[in-house]
Amino acid sequence: MNEAVKTSAAVSEGAHVAHPHEQAHEHHHETFVSKYIFSMDHKTIGKQFLITGIVWAIIGGLFSVLFRLQLGYPEESFPILETFFGEWAKGGQIQPEFYYGLVTIHGTVLVFFVLTAGLSGTFANLLIPLQVGARDMASPFLNMLSYWFFFLAGVVMLSSIFVHTGPASGGWTMYPPLSALRQAGDGQKLGADLWLISMSLFIISSLLGGLNYIATILNMRTKGMSMTRLPLPIWAMFFTAVLGVLSFPVLLSGAILLLFDRNLGTSFYLSDIVVNGEILPNEGGSAILYQHLFWFLGHPEVYIILLPAMGMVSEILSVNSRKPIFGYMAMLGSLFAICILAFLVWAHHMFVTGLNPFLGSVFVLLTLLIAVPSAIKVFNWITTIWRGNIRFTPATLFAIGFVSLFISGGLTGIFLGNSTIDIHLHDTMFVVAHFHIVMGVASFFGMFAGVYHWFPKMFGRYLNNTMAYMHFWVTMIGSYLIFWPMHYQGLAGVPRRYLDKRGWVSFNDFADLDKMITVVSIVVFAAQLLFVFNFFYSIFKGRKVRTANPWGANTLEWTTPIRPGHGNWEGDIPEVHRWPYDYGKDGREFIPQTEPVGAQETKSH
Amino acid sequence: MQAFLIIAILVLAFVIIFQISKASEYVAVLRGWERTRKQTNRINAFMLLAFLVLGLIGVYLCNEKFKGRILGEPASDHGELVDQMLYVTLAVTFVVFLITQIALFWFAYKYQESDDRKAYFYPHNNTLELIWTVIPAIALTVLVGFGIVYWFRITGEAPKDAMQVEVVGKQFGWEFRYPGADGILGKKYFKNVDPVNGNPAGQIWEDSTNKDDVFVEQEMHLVVGKPVKLVIGAKDVIHDVGLVHFRMKMDAVPGTPTTMWFTPKYTTKQMKEKTGNPDFVYELSCDQMCGRGHWSMRGVVVVETQEEFDAWLASKKPQYLVANPDKDPANKKEAPAASTKDVVIN
Repeated sequence: MNEAVKTSAAVSEGAHVAHPHEQAHEHHHETFVSKYIFSMDHKTIGKQFLITGIVWAIIGGLFSVLFRLQLGYPEESFPILETFFGEWAKGGQIQPEFYYGLVTIHGTVLVFFVLTAGLSGTFANLLIPLQVGARDMASPFLNMLSYWFFFLAGVVMLSSIFVHTGPASGGWTMYPPLSALRQAGDGQKLGADLWLISMSLFIISSLLGGLNYIATILNMRTKGMSMTRLPLPIWAMFFTAVLGVLSFPVLLSGAILLLFDRNLGTSFYLSDIVVNGEILPNEGGSAILYQHLFWFLGHPEVYIILLPAMGMVSEILSVNSRKPIFGYMAMLGSLFAICILAFLVWAHHMFVTGLNPFLGSVFVLLTLLIAVPSAIKVFNWITTIWRGNIRFTPATLFAIGFVSLFISGGLTGIFLGNSTIDIHLHDTMFVVAHFHIVMGVASFFGMFAGVYHWFPKMFGRYLNNTMAYMHFWVTMIGSYLIFWPMHYQGLAGVPRRYLDKRGWVSFNDFADLDKMITVVSIVVFAAQLLFVFNFFYSIFKGRKVRTANPWGANTLEWTTPIRPGHGNWEGDIPEVHRWPYDYGKDGREFIPQTEPVGAQETKSH
Repeated sequence: MQAFLIIAILVLAFVIIFQISKASEYVAVLRGWERTRKQTNRINAFMLLAFLVLGLIGVYLCNEKFKGRILGEPASDHGELVDQMLYVTLAVTFVVFLITQIALFWFAYKYQESDDRKAYFYPHNNTLELIWTVIPAIALTVLVGFGIVYWFRITGEAPKDAMQVEVVGKQFGWEFRYPGADGILGKKYFKNVDPVNGNPAGQIWEDSTNKDDVFVEQEMHLVVGKPVKLVIGAKDVIHDVGLVHFRMKMDAVPGTPTTMWFTPKYTTKQMKEKTGNPDFVYELSCDQMCGRGHWSMRGVVVVETQEEFDAWLASKKPQYLVANPDKDPANKKEAPAASTKDVVIN
């Protein structure tokens, strides 16, 4: 056992933590099943999360194309839909209940399965041990369980799509009483139970993963890797995991109470209900209670999605500008501030629920406060590329796109966080545009940046650049074309989740825009398929990586062999002597973290 | 058939893109990887700049195209506050948007990789960071300040002379109740709901304030210039009373009544003239997902003068009399007639 592992084992005060590493050292015999399926190697688990996430992203994206067809062409009929979906698309037209099923599953899948599990799961697993200098996660077994609980959650969710009465259709927020009452709609029957079970499994997965990430980052850093020498993605994953561990249990309680209301006759959320002519006995519950429980997770969730993207973007911009990240400590401080404030703003989703106006005003203050650390991050990213020497790898482009989208979407948050304006904009297309830009597309950009940047580490090959650039430009232009004009619909008050606006005098003014958005979203979806193709093609046929450090980066993952085995480093774990952002220092392009500080070196950081 | 054609075209496009991509990688390797990389770098740097310029032009054109379609003048006093706040925020954020986006893309273009440049080692600068912590903090404080003042004005107590209307959402429609001459909405209990016997709102008939309450569906009448307080509820699931033209919105929650108030500024007739649209009506939309009919849950609001309103209300029979026809004086008139007949027979 080498020096570094000894140190980290000593820190974590338990020889059992170091145990798996010793095994890994001996290159134990691996079968196909133990290597690729029930693998405990953090890199393989990361890839499993990524590939599962990709599958879900395709499903979620396809669903959005389907409901965009309805939104863009409400008068038209598409016989092909009837071929595939039968009575849900009777006469080639998407039926309302199915439409709401589509939006619900689209939202749930993309928020939780893709941008939480697919993003955090992939990169926390891949990067934490590699960048802190550990042979694996603190508990590889829990890590494996985390993936398989996620997989199980996916199976349950997928099965709900094939239920006769359709999947859950109460929106991704699943507000009761709608989601609690079977009488309220077809999607509220079996589909809603499956949704709740699936989410509960998902929460378990995310807790197992999160605890592991925190334990690994705190206990298993290699020698010399002090907390302030951690690369920013690791800090971001750390705060992400903290957010998840503290807030997901609250959603779990919300979901379980809802299951009770649905199946055991309790009245946590139900009171004074006459549904479909039937008077229910429930009295004394509060429908708003669920919203508090939901958004106590729901808002941190936004940052659970965003922070890993922010961390990776910081790293990628710095590496490819050949320049240190500007204001490492400020970046860290703002991550911390966002993490704290994320817990204190949830009720800004509930300004018009009848919330006490005074309470509302407190949440306005806290919500707009969160714009300050966000602004610091934006200015620091911009200063990072200022006077750099920028290489526009596909990852860099996606990182720049991320910053651009984060600005655009972040600024519209200032509208919505202000309760006065929110009265008008709440639950309109403005909200849809806002969160798709800032949370959806921006995080996807962070994720793409990460995939393009670390693909060589994952598979020892590069993605095809031509397809990558096409993917970027179509997605970048398309995202703005889809979501920028959508704000105008919102300003006009067009409510969300209206599948046909022709019956309205006030909202029927945007038929041309809806058509345009639909066409562009199909094109953008096709570009994502191009990426998926590129991804799988390049795993097997991509250009081979021939140098250990293809981007000239400082962090530890590039000191491993090109295709690292279980245990990551063949010899000892390297020792760290400096922070990870010594780019362009003293006339040298980059100085890896493993290089001792020279006697003549300028002092900094 | 058309669908298959589209799919065939897409697949073909895929194959072509794939072949080009593969070929360009071979070419790059043949020509020298580094040379190709540098060329691609220049192209992408230029594209970023082009994206900025075309994007900003697009932002302008988009605004030109759609600015006429966002709902012109607000039709309530609170709506004016909302719009004012909105435009102040828009001005502030648009300036920030321009500065940051231009800086981002311009720097990306200007500092693209070049053999003559070395990146500038610039890890931090406390003064700069302080500046861009403090300035957003001040700007946001101003916005929060305005926002909260307006918010309290909008959500504060309704004036004493405000008229009251009860709004109840149900899958999928709206019900309204007017307090009648006494100005008090009678008590109700959800287990009394019985539409078949004329009690859709679940009113408690023992409560005498219920006797003059008027119940209507789908159409709400308001008086121009008179504050109105809506008492909002829901029967089955959460709905939301969305009044776009008044810029007002409030959830309708089963079991937890909510309220909102505002003063309509223009009658429906005046709005028809203002908008130049003879079909104009104030619409009441459900803004909270409530099930399969959510998108069609439309109500109409008629804003009229006091005289028109009084005439309208007078034409409605109190629900108590609808539910208890034997108590209706209109029926009673016939009742004595019947009794005289009885007398005759006797």
